[in-house]
Amino acid sequence: MRVVVCTKETPDTAAKVQVTPEGMVTWGDAPLVINPWDEYAVEEAILLTERGATGTTVIGAGTEDTKEALKHALAMGIDEAVLVSDPVLQGADALVTSHVLAKAIEKVGDVGLAIFGKMTTDGGTGAVPVQVGRWLGWPTLTYVFKIREIDFGAGTITVERLLEEGKQIVQAKLPAVISVVKDINEPRYPSFMGIRKASRAQIPTWSAEDIGVDPAVVSKVTWPEVRELPQREGECEMIEAATAAEAAALLVDRLVEEKVI
Amino acid sequence: MSDVWVWIEHKDGQAASVSWEALGLARRLADEQNVSVVALAFGPSAAQAAQEAIERGADRALVCEDATLSEYRVEPYAGLLSKLAAERQPGFILAGATTRGTDIMGAASVDLRAGLLADVTEVSLDGGRVLATSPVYSGKLVATVTIPEPGDTPQLLTVRSRAFAAAERDASRSGEVETVEPALAEDDITVKVVGFEPAGNQVSLADAAIIVSGGRGVGGPEGFEPLRELAETLGAAIGASRAVVDAGWIPYEHQVGQTGKVVSPDLYIACGISGAVQHLAGMRTSKVIVAINSDPEAPIFKVAHYGIVGDLFEIVPALNEAFKQRLS
Repeated sequence: MRVVVCTKETPDTAAKVQVTPEGMVTWGDAPLVINPWDEYAVEEAILLTERGATGTTVIGAGTEDTKEALKHALAMGIDEAVLVSDPVLQGADALVTSHVLAKAIEKVGDVGLAIFGKMTTDGGTGAVPVQVGRWLGWPTLTYVFKIREIDFGAGTITVERLLEEGKQIVQAKLPAVISVVKDINEPRYPSFMGIRKASRAQIPTWSAEDIGVDPAVVSKVTWPEVRELPQREGECEMIEAATAAEAAALLVDRLVEEKVI
Repeated sequence: MSDVWVWIEHKDGQAASVSWEALGLARRLADEQNVSVVALAFGPSAAQAAQEAIERGADRALVCEDATLSEYRVEPYAGLLSKLAAERQPGFILAGATTRGTDIMGAASVDLRAGLLADVTEVSLDGGRVLATSPVYSGKLVATVTIPEPGDTPQLLTVRSRAFAAAERDASRSGEVETVEPALAEDDITVKVVGFEPAGNQVSLADAAIIVSGGRGVGGPEGFEPLRELAETLGAAIGASRAVVDAGWIPYEHQVGQTGKVVSPDLYIACGISGAVQHLAGMRTSKVIVAINSDPEAPIFKVAHYGIVGDLFEIVPALNEAFKQRLS
């Protein structure tokens, strides 16, 4: 059974993301990179080829820009990439995006596990993995930080999930969807050979029709406005004193005055 | 019927504080439209959580304590929520934007073909439609998000911790608690919970009113010790920058920032954190930010309200003493 990773491109995390006077989001010259959470998903997929997965596929739904993320995954060692791109998908919300990804996973065929990063660093609702699982009718295990056991032959998986108040250990049947958190592994850097192979790779593009997207599934959520956070008013008040103890006492006074404490 | 529903996340009847914040918001949305608030509580001692929900402002509650719900799992929980919503057609469903809340609402959005407004921090109504504010680009920007044409589907919202005032409790309030049947039998559920390892008594970052956070300036794993002592005095959670998590000085669950947690406590004390843009995205909405750093040019001072330039190993213990004196 194959392992699929779903990914997309996001502005580099160091980018200063701003809003233009026309209300468009811009990150200037900053590069588009693979969504940082997805590197853990890609690494885990590659590691699973040593635990019985027969092959790996990375899927991105988006535009030509999405190929940046797909090529990074190929350069790390994923076997093949597919881009799902279609004008009807423009402005897709999480509901439509998850439906499209579910359809693409079905078309790949013989998938035992679909892996997602925990969320995306752009519009990230964090809900897409569970939504994809729901469309497919597969069990979904989110916030996984360890795959304890996976047996593609027997069709079973046991994972540790990172919840607010501890670790939940759960068992499910394959095929399944998981989302992974940062602790799960240490993503490798693409090798020189990997980068060369990825740059030459022919990435097929599937349309909405190719994968059988249901036109009745339509986006519900829109973003009428995006804005920058209001600038913080006032300067930073620097506490200066001869000793650390005096500075500490002054600061505590100010915090008490402001009723923070 | 366009009632406002709230899914109450609880453990043995004790609800997560974000559930009461969601309930407070639900009450406001319901009052503005003259509809009822219905609380939903599933799992062991759900009736107890439901009773408290009524005392905090819910008009009615739906409860299921079936054995299939004894451990939280998406399939039976979302299955039941979606089934009830399909039958009774609420106008809105709210939950906390926790790991469980995101899961159950994401699944319900597919079941109900409904729009999901995730991780909202402000909400207003525009003729029956929600206009919500949601941080995007990991907190670098904020968006107004809405569902222009909900049709006959509910509008689903998950609310960020600490963004809304919790509903107050009034033990004299009363309301009907209805027991409902589960949607799935155990044989229909493919996920089995085999264990749970509690994280200990640490204060969770999302709920913390005060966070003491450390960066590269702490120098090594043992450098967090004075921060821990200060956190203990203040009842605070421990945060960290990505650099020190990557260096292995402290586990990932403490990371604040773009690839960690986004937090907005009342007080954020940044110790030895320079203030990379990824970190600032995760904490800049904190009400009061204190920065302690040896470099007066560190970017953290640009977002801080109070700054002390100096050696954190002198200043943090001094702060601990000063707080101890003041709080005793």
